[in-house]
Amino acid sequence: MDKNISFTLKVWRQKGPKAKGTFETYPMKDIPTDTSFLEMMDILNEQLISEKKEPVVFDHDCREGICGMCSLYINGYPHGPATGATTCQLYMRRFQDGDTITVEPWRSAAFPIIKDLMVDRNAFDKIMQAGGYISVRTGSAQDANAIPISKEVSDKAMDAAACIGCGACVAACKNGSAMLFVSAKVSQLNLLPQGKPEALRRAKAMLSKMDELGFGNCTNTRACEAECPKNISISNIARLNRNFIVAKLKD
Amino acid sequence: MYLEITDENPYENPMMIYPAIHYTMGGIWVDYELQTSVKGLFAIGECNFSDHGANRLGASALMQGLADGYFVLPYTIQNYLADQITVPRFSTNLPEFEETEKAVKTKMDHLMSIQGNKSVDSIHKELGKVMWECMGMGRTAEGLKTGLARLKEIRKEFETDLYIPGTEEGMNVELDKANRLRDFITMGELIGYDALNRNESCGGHFREEYQTEEGEAKRDDKDYFYVSCWEYQDNDEKEPVLLKEPLEYEAIKVQTRNYKS
Repeated sequence: MDKNISFTLKVWRQKGPKAKGTFETYPMKDIPTDTSFLEMMDILNEQLISEKKEPVVFDHDCREGICGMCSLYINGYPHGPATGATTCQLYMRRFQDGDTITVEPWRSAAFPIIKDLMVDRNAFDKIMQAGGYISVRTGSAQDANAIPISKEVSDKAMDAAACIGCGACVAACKNGSAMLFVSAKVSQLNLLPQGKPEALRRAKAMLSKMDELGFGNCTNTRACEAECPKNISISNIARLNRNFIVAKLKD
Repeated sequence: MYLEITDENPYENPMMIYPAIHYTMGGIWVDYELQTSVKGLFAIGECNFSDHGANRLGASALMQGLADGYFVLPYTIQNYLADQITVPRFSTNLPEFEETEKAVKTKMDHLMSIQGNKSVDSIHKELGKVMWECMGMGRTAEGLKTGLARLKEIRKEFETDLYIPGTEEGMNVELDKANRLRDFITMGELIGYDALNRNESCGGHFREEYQTEEGEAKRDDKDYFYVSCWEYQDNDEKEPVLLKEPLEYEAIKVQTRNYKS
């Protein structure tokens, strides 16, 4: 438990959205294996600041695995080698002394880089604005939730709602598709009675928005499902496809 | 999750736990419609003071977010918004806007210009240590006074020795953190002033000088039966002013919690 490791970090640095980026190499010495990956990045940043250099910019918030902000591509895996966990839940004991660890941002045409490892994920917000809500008058507080829902449906909806919108699915996908995200958000609403009146319209609107924003298309690779920190299932994608086809047929 | 963090299997070894500061009691003052003392600014959820008193229970964040956001605000914000429909859109050419923009830019320029030796995080950690030592779970008048003096020193350090790399152009995370840290120092002082003023133990506020023989909190309902509202005075150097909001209960009888019977 009380082990220290020394390794080399290769971090993507980019001054701004239009600047040319490059990998910078930083040697890290005697990092305790109990440190989390982001704490290790903090240590790197304190070092850089003490040398009067600019720290590496990266997204983070809760550091608890639930907010969806942290988004590091570590050694070619979104959120690093651990499965079912976000970057902030990755600990240095997963790495060996002498390793070279490559850290990159989410690479996708729809996620332009703001600086270093921080990307602009407003595309996800725009998809949500296109249909990720219920505008039907289901009644106000208390009455809106009075309709009984079967356990199977509520389990599926709850599993879909676990999506934290981090974008690892987009980063993992060779086509840069956001299908896992869109299908999770659509399923979470379409499965429930309050979401049913607008179900088809929602599927069509959110999927079209996804295409418009520059995300790719799905070719059933399942890399997204493998990398998803919340283990969202691709059965949501199947459901979205069904909804979309029906919506298009009705047109 | 525990296994990932500590590399120990909780099924085999007992879990290691340690107390930590997680939330605070109190928050931004709001009226019954959840409007703050700034007209048009509403504060809802965990950040306001409205839903719980000296004890903050678990899942309070979710509860407050729902209670305020779903049950209360949709009915109360209409009272303010209804009049707003006649107000035309402001242009950014107004003198108030220019003045505010200039004030903010001056603040940013000032922070960037200090170019001292200490990073934001290092000062933040010092702040954390003072809060933990002097204004934590058990407080004493001595400790609080020491803490307040230390906080003044930390503020001075912040104003004179802060180092923010980079420029104001584009994304500067250190500048963002520095702005928050300045407010955290003010909040720390507020917690100190409030704890020093309240000479009793009540809920999460435990003054070691005021406890029962069994070591439980000893309340003083005769002198401290109020909500302490603190009004910020112009700048960080001045002490905030206390406004007391007396507590009046009609439907319940105030008692002391007892786990024994």
